[in-house]
Amino acid sequence: MGVVGATYIILIVAMILADFTYTSTDHILEALGSKEIQYSIKLSLITSTITMVLSLVVGIPLGYFMARVNFRFKKVIDAILDIPIVLPPLVIGLSLLILFQTIPGQWIESQVRFTYTVYGVILAQFMVACAFAVRTMYVTFMQISDRQEQVGLTLGCNKKQAFFKILLPQARNGILTAGSLAWARALGEFGPILIFAGATRMRTEVLSTTVFLEMSVGNIEAAVAVSLIMIFAGFLVLFIVRIFGEKIPLTR
Amino acid sequence: MIELRDISIQQGNFLLSDINFSIEKGEYVVLMGKTGSGKTTIIEAICGLRSISGGQILVNGSDYTQLAPGDRGVGYVPQDGAVFSHMSVRENIQFALKLRKWNATEMKEQCEQLAKILSISHLLDRMPEGLSGGEIQRVALARALSFKPDFLCLDEPVSALDEETKENLYLLFEDLKKSMNITILHISHSTAEAKRLADRIIVLEDGKIRPY
Repeated sequence: MGVVGATYIILIVAMILADFTYTSTDHILEALGSKEIQYSIKLSLITSTITMVLSLVVGIPLGYFMARVNFRFKKVIDAILDIPIVLPPLVIGLSLLILFQTIPGQWIESQVRFTYTVYGVILAQFMVACAFAVRTMYVTFMQISDRQEQVGLTLGCNKKQAFFKILLPQARNGILTAGSLAWARALGEFGPILIFAGATRMRTEVLSTTVFLEMSVGNIEAAVAVSLIMIFAGFLVLFIVRIFGEKIPLTR
Repeated sequence: MIELRDISIQQGNFLLSDINFSIEKGEYVVLMGKTGSGKTTIIEAICGLRSISGGQILVNGSDYTQLAPGDRGVGYVPQDGAVFSHMSVRENIQFALKLRKWNATEMKEQCEQLAKILSISHLLDRMPEGLSGGEIQRVALARALSFKPDFLCLDEPVSALDEETKENLYLLFEDLKKSMNITILHISHSTAEAKRLADRIIVLEDGKIRPY
């Protein structure tokens, strides 16, 4: 069993190390010096962070609702929530594009333009990332017994106070996991962004699109350099979240 | 005095109907019954945590049936204590007082007085993680008593504890009964425990209440 596990870990590390052999510090510095790539780094970080916040804003109440409330057709809603996880990313992008061609979609476009804009980048990231946040919060709330909330109610809490004062602090680690998953997922999102928001330099170009654009013009070294920047950023955030999560455990 | 009048509770395929009993002020009543007979359901209904399909819950003649759990003034100790795991013992005990906006000095006094009665003064600044089963139940009891309820519901509070800890808690319950003049409904499936503590024993069997 250990060998099987170790093989997978070695494969991950080997993959990243191989990337290093394909690029050099010069390439990375050159990539970091390019105005277009600086823009895409900035846009990636900003949009992923906004997507993470939006995913938590939706994921926490929806996860709570799914974990604590029983209703008819719950299984159907449960399955619908998994669609963005199951669907190929390209299909999500295409479906979004078609949605905004419909009459209600066109009306929204006339108010705020989503297709081929930064808003489109965020929406495309959100559609997938939020599903992961909802799923994580659903499982988190399922694992916390409602007994403590019930005692809180008898002590004088209303339902809102029981949620904010008793349940949410206990779900802290789940919230951190949901947030970091949504952020990482948003950072790595490519298919839906390419189709729905396009890949226009200095406008809707995020890091994953940069890799694609550089590769399509044969500049593999730059593509690899940007990939390494993404790996580094993603790893750093997940690592910080883990450390932060362990430092303030559930109990002081 | 608390009175349950023709209470019926539907829970899935499980039905409790025509539940009638009353508890006088200051009385210690033990409710017995087999596992799964619906004892906890009755306590939850009294605390307002489970909606009932018929009947009335009266406290000193006023109708509590539709009242929110927090407005009923019932202290509740569930089987596992359900102590708030993200708060210190002191924060647990002061939780209800904070909601009632007691001032800091009053809260501290009430908390320390209860901790003294329940012999948990040395635990006040500890987090619940690592406390023993008996200590957890004492904290849960202190928290339930903090806001000076007239009525206390204990749901198998000692069932998961060893004999010695059980004995200590029995002494504590007897002490509370004498010193606080509080009305208590205690769920148990131990006849010995019921005989020792109760002023009166009632039994829930086949969805109906009968005297022991």
